[in-house]
Amino acid sequence: MELMGMEHGRLQFSWVSSAESTKFVEVVKAVTAAIKTLGPNTNFAKINAEVA
Amino acid sequence: MSNYIDKIKEAANRLLQDCRVDLVIGFRKGTVPMMNEPCIAKTPQEVQNLVWDSNCGINLANYLTNRKEKIAVIAKGCDSRNIVTHIIENKIKREQLVIIGVPCTGMIDKRKINAMFEGEIREVTEAENNITVRGNGFEKVLDKKELLQQNCALCIHRNPVIYDELISEKVAEQKDVDRYEDIREIESMSPEDKEKYFDELLAPCIRCYACRNACPLCYCPTCFVDESRPQWVGKSQEPNDVKTFHFLRAYHCAGRCTDCGACERSCPVGINMRLLTKKLEKDCFDLFGWEAGMSLEVRPPLDTYKPSDPNDFIK
Repeated sequence: MELMGMEHGRLQFSWVSSAESTKFVEVVKAVTAAIKTLGPNTNFAKINAEVA
Repeated sequence: MSNYIDKIKEAANRLLQDCRVDLVIGFRKGTVPMMNEPCIAKTPQEVQNLVWDSNCGINLANYLTNRKEKIAVIAKGCDSRNIVTHIIENKIKREQLVIIGVPCTGMIDKRKINAMFEGEIREVTEAENNITVRGNGFEKVLDKKELLQQNCALCIHRNPVIYDELISEKVAEQKDVDRYEDIREIESMSPEDKEKYFDELLAPCIRCYACRNACPLCYCPTCFVDESRPQWVGKSQEPNDVKTFHFLRAYHCAGRCTDCGACERSCPVGINMRLLTKKLEKDCFDLFGWEAGMSLEVRPPLDTYKPSDPNDFIK
C-alpha cells in the first residue's frame, strides 16, 4: 500500500482478542491520534463534481 | 531460437498422431509483424501453421484453464512456471499435459522497435542474435539483446522448470541480474511523489482489460471489475477507479506472478503495470524467499501458515 502513495502509518494492523477490551480501547485511541496527526487522506479521494 | 520450429512441429505431429494429446497449443504468425498469436492445432495441417521466434511473448498457460482435453503446450520458462501455478491451483491436471519445453533467450519489445523507425514496419525476421527490420525504404539489422522486453532482459528463469520434452539444449541462465532497480527507485520516493508517479503511469489506461485477459492468473469466472452486485469498483475512467482496478488486480497476483510480461505486452497504450506486480513479487521474495511456479511440491506462502511468518507489521 505504501508503494502506491499511502503515507506511512495510515494503515495499521493489530491483534486484539474479543476478551481484551482495554487493549482495544488503547489501540483505537492510538490509531485515532496517529491518523489525526496525518490529516485527511487526499490520495484515493474521489472529487465529486460540484453542482451549482 | 527460430530454428526450434522444426523440432516443435515434429513433436506436435508425433503427439497428435500417437493420440497422446487432443490438441497442441502454440503460436502462429500474426497479421502484422511482431504480433504472433496463440493458436490451437488439432490436425497435421494446423501444425504446419505453428511458428516460433522472438515474438511469442504471450503466456500460453492462459489457455489451459479448466480444459478437459489432453493437451500439449509449448512452454518457455515463464509459461512453465505459470503452468506449475495452474496445476497447484487445480486449474488443470498434470496428467492432462504434455509440456514441450522451449529454452528461451527472451522476447523482443515491439514498442521499442516501432519507436526506432519512422515509417511502417512491414517485416521483421531474425537469425541467431540479429533482428532484421524491413519497411518502406529502410532495412536495418539490430542486435536482439538491445531489443528485449524489460522482463526478458531481467529474466533469471529462461529454461522451463517442468517439461516432458525439451526442444533444445538448455540455455545459460542470466546471473547477477538486478531485477528490482526500478522498484527500489519508487520505494525511495515520498508518498506524494509515489501518488503522482502512479497517477501519471496509469493516466493513459482506457480500461480495456487486455492486461487481465492476457494474464494466466486472471481466470476468475467473474472478475471483480465486472461484478455489479455488489459493485466493488467504479467502472468509469475516473483516475481513482482506474488506480483501484490496477492495484487490486496486482494484489490478486501476489505470490503468483512470474513476471511473464503478458500484461504489459498486450496493453494497447503501453502501460508498464508490471511495476505493481513486481513490487509484490519482490516482497514475496524478501519476506518468504518465494518465487512463484518453481515447484509442484511446495505450497505458496499465501495459503500456508508457518510460525516463522513475518508479522512485525502487527502492533
